[in-house]
Amino acid sequence: MDVMEKLTILTDAAKYDVACTSSGVDRSGQQGKIGNASAAGICHSFAADGRCISLLKVLMSNVCIYDCKYCINRMSHETPRTSFTPDELADLTIQFYRRNYIEGLFLSSGVMKNPDYTMEQMIRAIELLRNKHRFNGYIHVKAIPGASAELVQRMGLLADRMSINIELPSEEGLGALAPQKKPEAIIRPMALIHSGIEENKSDLVLYRHAPRFVPAGQSTQMIIGATPDSDRKILSLSEGLYKKYSLKRVFFSAYTPLIEDKALPSVYSAPPLLREHRLYQADWLMRFYGFTADEIVPAGSPNINLAIDPKCNYALRHMEDFPVEVNKAPYAKLLRVPGIGVTSAQRIMQARRAVSLDFDGLKKLGVVLKRAKFFLTCQGRLFDGVVFKHDVILRGLLSKNDLARLPAISGEQISLLDMPGTRQMLLCEPSTAHGYLPEERKESFHGNDRSRTEFGIYI
Amino acid sequence: MEMTEAERNLVYIYDGTLEGFLCCVYESYAQKEFPSDIRVNAGQIMVLESTKWVQTDFSHAQKVYESLDRKICMEAQDFIRDAFLTCIPDREILMYRFILQGYKYGRKIFDRLTDPVVDALTKAVRGLSREAHSLMGFVRFTEYDHVMISCISPKNRVLPLLAKHFENRFPNEVFLIYDKTHKMAIIHKQEGTLLASMDKITLPPMDESEKAYHALWRCFQKTIAIEERSNPKCQMNHMPKRFWADMTEFESD
Repeated sequence: MDVMEKLTILTDAAKYDVACTSSGVDRSGQQGKIGNASAAGICHSFAADGRCISLLKVLMSNVCIYDCKYCINRMSHETPRTSFTPDELADLTIQFYRRNYIEGLFLSSGVMKNPDYTMEQMIRAIELLRNKHRFNGYIHVKAIPGASAELVQRMGLLADRMSINIELPSEEGLGALAPQKKPEAIIRPMALIHSGIEENKSDLVLYRHAPRFVPAGQSTQMIIGATPDSDRKILSLSEGLYKKYSLKRVFFSAYTPLIEDKALPSVYSAPPLLREHRLYQADWLMRFYGFTADEIVPAGSPNINLAIDPKCNYALRHMEDFPVEVNKAPYAKLLRVPGIGVTSAQRIMQARRAVSLDFDGLKKLGVVLKRAKFFLTCQGRLFDGVVFKHDVILRGLLSKNDLARLPAISGEQISLLDMPGTRQMLLCEPSTAHGYLPEERKESFHGNDRSRTEFGIYI
Repeated sequence: MEMTEAERNLVYIYDGTLEGFLCCVYESYAQKEFPSDIRVNAGQIMVLESTKWVQTDFSHAQKVYESLDRKICMEAQDFIRDAFLTCIPDREILMYRFILQGYKYGRKIFDRLTDPVVDALTKAVRGLSREAHSLMGFVRFTEYDHVMISCISPKNRVLPLLAKHFENRFPNEVFLIYDKTHKMAIIHKQEGTLLASMDKITLPPMDESEKAYHALWRCFQKTIAIEERSNPKCQMNHMPKRFWADMTEFESD
């Protein structure tokens, strides 16, 4: 089989893994080596689905001894199988990199023979890249669940980022859809990488030239919508992973039904793209805006409201915290206002040192007044025409389309928020989904601005 | 500052270099006059305008350049250098007004984000950095006899920003990036990087192995998309069509 055919098969088999970021590590180029890395990440292209292409994302092999129900590479699925040789993969990566097609390599694999054998093949390819080709660019590797600690350690010294996919947000889900994968086999290497990174930090303090272990940190991915797990479960789990294992990112992947199985959503159902989008918004709120999972999805309403973005939803549930005076509010309070992002909050802090801000000024600073106008005062005054009442604001925030779709909106009594029927109804129409937001793009704007690190949002 | 009717219509003409522009600032201070516009050529002179040619003098330019650091702040030098690379049509007069206000407010000029001049100029510079950042990803090299060549069509003059990035990334490659819009090129060799003007570029035909890499990349770029999530609008938002003409993935077979 020629390289073109292999590339087609092994790309097609890798594409459902959504993570494709090249972020998290700054490394300057070196004489005699090829490549460098930029902490903000760089997008090299965008695929027809709107997702960023930053890394050559392929599998080492799509041969797999496991039979996970949700996976297109599962053993019982009839599909052409192939593997790259370590040499083929290293050559392809370096030739793509020289032409500036990619920022580096993202390597995952089906499980050939056993986890250790698979990891060894992957390590050989990466060693060729780093040693023979003197490749100094970005490498992200998926650790294979169940691989030995020694191999995880070796890989960690070669790669910039390592990740192990949680795959499903609950143990029951894993038991139903991937009975051969045990939660321990996923959590153990995650813990191993975490302690490796921590130890490495203290080594680096002692010896400046100690080799760096997974310098860009680790991430993980969960499949959304293949199991009945609630958003509260997904977000609390993510929050726990950020805290306990210091993960850099948790990615959500809307389940694309390709396989007919009683345990899975029908192949005729659409991937829950809007839900995935809302989860990413919530994830952003937790990482950059100081929200907790509990604030976004409180115990009483375990699912995110799909009709409205989680930040607006939070504001509407906490009217007592608003309106906020733009010229006086502390940074943390500004961040909670819908329509004010991290960048515009920082610009407000900066600009109000020089002048007292009005609504016109806020527009110049990039504040989205369409949402923010309901929750702000400038010099003590509300935006012209804004009435600070829950139902009025809710109407103002929803688009005409949203409103038309809602049944039973009668007079001033809209109790859409946390209304259980809303999710079902919107789920039937995935065409309303917003574009998938490649996080790369957002991260990349954090690039040149040093001031941002003060707020601890640098990835 | 008060302007007389005559000054309101005074137009400075300079040679189009950053040094030349800085000399316009010098001239305005030396002569205590306030131009209403600063342009490269006298092409379209309005009826009520009077023009004045400002000769470039490196010592004058140097004085003004140093004053940016001394009277405003260190970032002001970088900011003015970047602003000069942007594509907004009235950049010179905005930069001139920015410098005047900068002398008045010092480093605080950068906090005055809602001021029309500061607003327009910071947005232009942001546009420049954004375009340069996009192109760090979208530049496509093709190998011709061990030389990597890329053509781009940027709105802003991004080459100085790209040079820094690519010489760090590919220290041992020989590469050339040609800016078709501004007819400039950067050429990197082991000995260093050069910025030069270049009227046009003629490329030899590609060899077979190069054609094969182009085909492999097109294949990867196509295959990686998930059909069920097709979203061409999102793709275009992140990678506007104006970049496509120079990118390998959109070549025909």
